[in-house]
This record gives sequence, C-alpha cells and structure tokens, in this order.
Amino acid sequence: MIEWAIAASVTVVAAAGVYLASSRDLVSISVGLALLGSAVNLFVFAAGRLGQAAPPLIAAGATAPLAALANPVPQALVLTAIVIGFAFACFGIALALALAAHDGRADADALEQAEPPPRPDGDPGELP
Amino acid sequence: MNGVLADGALAAAPVLVPLFTAALTVALARWPRRQRAASAAGALLLLLCCAALLHGAIGGVVVTARFGEWAAPFAIAFRIDRAAALMLTVNAVLALAVLAYPSRGGALATPFGPPLAHGLLAGAGGAYATADLFNLYVWFEVMLIAALGLIVAGRKPAHLEAGLKYLVLNLFGTVLLLAAVTGLYGLTGQLNYEALGTALAGRGDDPLALLLGALLLVALLIKAGAFPFLFWLPAAYPVLGAPVQALFTAMTTKVGAYALLRVLYEVLPAGAPAYTEALGWIAAATMVAGVMGAVYHYDLRRILAFHSVSQMGYILLAAALGGAAGIAAALFFSIHHILVKANLYLIAGMIARRGGHHDLRRIGALARSEPALAILFALSAAALVGIPPLSGFWAKLLVLREGFGQERYLWTALALCTGGLTLLSMAKIWIEAFWKPHPAPLAVAPASHPPGAWIACGMLSLLALAVGLMPGPLIDFLDAAAVTMAPPLGRVLQ
Repeated sequence: MIEWAIAASVTVVAAAGVYLASSRDLVSISVGLALLGSAVNLFVFAAGRLGQAAPPLIAAGATAPLAALANPVPQALVLTAIVIGFAFACFGIALALALAAHDGRADADALEQAEPPPRPDGDPGELP
Repeated sequence: MNGVLADGALAAAPVLVPLFTAALTVALARWPRRQRAASAAGALLLLLCCAALLHGAIGGVVVTARFGEWAAPFAIAFRIDRAAALMLTVNAVLALAVLAYPSRGGALATPFGPPLAHGLLAGAGGAYATADLFNLYVWFEVMLIAALGLIVAGRKPAHLEAGLKYLVLNLFGTVLLLAAVTGLYGLTGQLNYEALGTALAGRGDDPLALLLGALLLVALLIKAGAFPFLFWLPAAYPVLGAPVQALFTAMTTKVGAYALLRVLYEVLPAGAPAYTEALGWIAAATMVAGVMGAVYHYDLRRILAFHSVSQMGYILLAAALGGAAGIAAALFFSIHHILVKANLYLIAGMIARRGGHHDLRRIGALARSEPALAILFALSAAALVGIPPLSGFWAKLLVLREGFGQERYLWTALALCTGGLTLLSMAKIWIEAFWKPHPAPLAVAPASHPPGAWIACGMLSLLALAVGLMPGPLIDFLDAAAVTMAPPLGRVLQ
C-alpha cells in the first residue's frame, strides 16, 4: 500500500516539475527543476525499501542485528541530495530574478544576449 | 599502518589540495597579489601530488583509499589507477598553465575567481579519483556550482543568461544521474564501481538494469556535451574569458566523457551491445553537428566552442568502439584535446586582444604584426585538424584505425568528413585573422600581451608537440591503462 502511495507521489511531483520546467517563465523553470529534484529525492528514499523496521542500532556487545533494521544508506544519500538540490534551487531562482531585473521580464524567448539570433539574411549575429 | 595512511592521503590529494587552496584564497581575497601567488602555489602543489601518483601508476601501483575505515564495498573509495593518474596530471598541468596566465579582466581577476577555479579543480579531481557512483554525483555537483560561479562572475546580462542555460541543462543531467545511481543501488545494494560491476555482470538481459544503465549514460552524455544535449556549451563558452574557457575545456566535458568510459566498461553489464551501438550514432551526430556550427560562425569563441562539441564526438566514438584499443584511443584523444584546445582558447584570447575584436570579420593582418602568435596558432590548429606528425594525427589515427578494424565504415567516414570541415574552419580563422588585410584601422592602440600568456601558451604548445613527436610511450601507457582499468573489463578482455 505504502509503495503505491510513494510511487504515485513521485509520479505526480515529477510531472508537476516537468510541466513547470517546460514553461517560458524563468522562475517557473527553476522551481520546476527543484520539484523534479524533490521527486527524485523521494525515489532515493524509497530505494532503501519501504516498510516497518527498527532503527539501525546494534545493542552493546552484539556484532549483528537481531531483527530487520532500516537501511541507513539511502537516508544519508537523500540528505546529501536534499542539501545540494536546495542550494541549486536557490541559485537558479536568484539567477532568474537577476535576469528579470535587467530587462523587466523573465521570458525564456527573450534571452538573446549570450546567443544573438541570426540576422534575416542568415548571417550569424555578433556577440557584444 | 603508516604506508596505508600515506596512501590514503596521496589518493585524497587531488581533492584536498584544491579545497585547501580554495579556502586559503578566500582568506586572501582582499590582497589580490597574495591571492594569485597562493593560487599558483596551490596549483603547483597539486601538480606535484599528481606527478607522484603518476610515477606510482607507471610502475603499476593502484592507490586506493577507503574513507572512514569501512570494509571494502561499503566505504566510499578513491581508486587511482593508470588512467585516473594520467588524467589528473594533465588536469593539474593545465590548471598551473591557466593560473599562471594573469587575467586583466574576466572571472579569474575578481576576488571570487581563484577560489572558484580551485573548487572546479577539486570537483574534477574527485570525479577522476572516485570509485563510488554516488560520490561521482557529488563531485559533478561541486564542479557545476563552481563553474556557474565562474560564468556569472562577469555580472553582465549575457553572463547571467549563459549561466541560466548552463544551470538548467546541467541540473537536469544531475537529476537524471541521481535517479539512475540510486535506482542501481536499489537494484543491487551497491555503489562501489567494482561491486556494482560484479553485481550487474549477470544481468545483461534484465530490462530494469538496462533501463537504469541507459539513464546513467544519458546523464553523463549531458555532462559531456553530446548531441542532442550540447546546447549549454556553445551558450556558455563564448561569454567567458580565455583562461576560464581553457579551464572549462579540461574540466567539464572531459570529466563527463571519462566518467562515461568508467561506467560503460566497469559498472554496466559487459554484454550490452545496445549501449555502444546507440553511443556510436550519438557520437557521429555530435561530431557533425559541432563542426557545422563551427563552419557557420564568425566569432572566434563560438567557432572554438562548437569545435569542442565536435571533438567530443571523436572521444565518444572511441568509447563506443570499445575494447582496450578503443578505450586507449578515447583517453589519448582526451589528453590531446585538453592540451591543444586549451591552448587554442588562450591564443584566441591573445588574437582578440591584439585585433581588438573576437569577430573574424573585424580583424586581420595579424601574421605581419604578430608572427610568434601566428606560429603558435598554426601549430595548434594543425594539431587540432590532425596534420602529421602532431598529436591530433595520432589521436585521430587511433580512432579511425579502430573504426576500420571493427568495420564501422559509416562512422569512420563521418569522422573523416568532420576532419575535413575542421580543416575548413581552422583555415577560415587563419585567413581572416592572420592573412587578409585589416578591414579598418584601429582607433586605439592594441594592448600588449602579458608575459604569462606567452609562457602558458608556449608550455602547452611544447607539451602537445612532445605528445605528437613521441606518441609511443603514451600509447603504450594507455594500452596498459585500458587493459587494467577494472577487474570486470580485464575479465572480458582476456
């Protein structure tokens, strides 16, 4: 049951991320990528298997666990991925806002500074 | 115990030295002169450490470090074999050359420049050294954030725009990478390359394993700037200063191609010819698409950026051909390309400084006013095209010989055509910038070159020339590197 709930959440969040990332608005693109990253983070968490298990602690003096334990590795991985993903989301949104502050609109189709479009006669445009 | 500790420290040096230097250069940010000296000293120390690793690797020593004293497949491990040691050394040589090239403008002249450059070095060093798939993802993120900092340090709208394009495509790549890595972990319970390779060896026909492997390869292809994921590269490179372009050419796409090589032959099921077949076609498309862009454009930086894409195609083609000879060819081509292309970016920067513009239609007559620069350019351009006996000739010969040997005639023919178009676009730069009369007299006297620029270009030219004139030892070394790259591969080849 919990597997289906997690699978459905990953799908819905990833779909929302892809939808936002395909928009023309630069801030939406950044938020969309962050959402896509969150969907993958859920997937990372689920890679350690879902279900009820004891915390990964071993009693003093014992060398092996007595019962099934939760897998701590994906939890460490997902923590790393969350931190990294959050940093990039902040950076992306800040970049989109800085671009919007320059020319008043955050439209992907208006990005012509780094790659000027060719002139009507087919001649490659000139960089500033 | 002492030996183990020393080994661990040496294996971690490609990461620790740049990270320490980055921290030091942050502390020295208020004193530009001291900051530059610390940055150059850090690059020199890195080169010494990498040279020590390479010295061991020539003798067949594989330096391994497992962090936290965990047992074999559980610890995050660094494993530096012949291929890793050589790539690390080439990287360090390039870093030293570039950080000696003093920038009068551009990202490296800002207080953030040197720390970010060393951050990029740390990320690349980790990606070359690691033997752990999740750790590889982390190093790619380190490289990505440092590269983004260097791009947007220019602060003009063009830089921000290039940074956003770079961020969006590369972040998409790392999200795919993370999904593929943890998917493989969920499937096998392993993250170590060797353990994954063993666990996946018998799963050549498991559709889930094949799908996750394909996802992993696509993620790395985005990092390598392969067709159709190449568009971040020609957007970002042209807005950067020459030294940063030279750094990027070694530390973005080449790391992606190297990781692809490792993953393809050490981790993924060896019996997956579907991957190499698809990779071959992607490589052919990358070669052709890149060189077409180079033929079309007139801006020096854009021509070179599209060439970088095109040359990645050759490296990926060699990776697709596979076998020990294919892997050796891919590594040889990477090294040749790092040295020659970085040099060409630096030379293009000098051309623009003397000519006053990057657009070829606005400059000319440099052969008369700058004969030394003309010779340096001609040498590097001929090496890139593949004129014997320069390094590009051997690099292309290795790839083409393997292509003919495996009867991949269409791919090989496309590689030959790409070589012809490369010659065309290099001849365009030569004629327009050096040969034709200057279209309009300059209003202001051009700036002179700093001596560091000559030293950096001269050093890289000499190294590339040495590779071209004496390719034998390098090819022998790379053949050995390819055969012993990993236990699973060794099993397949014997």
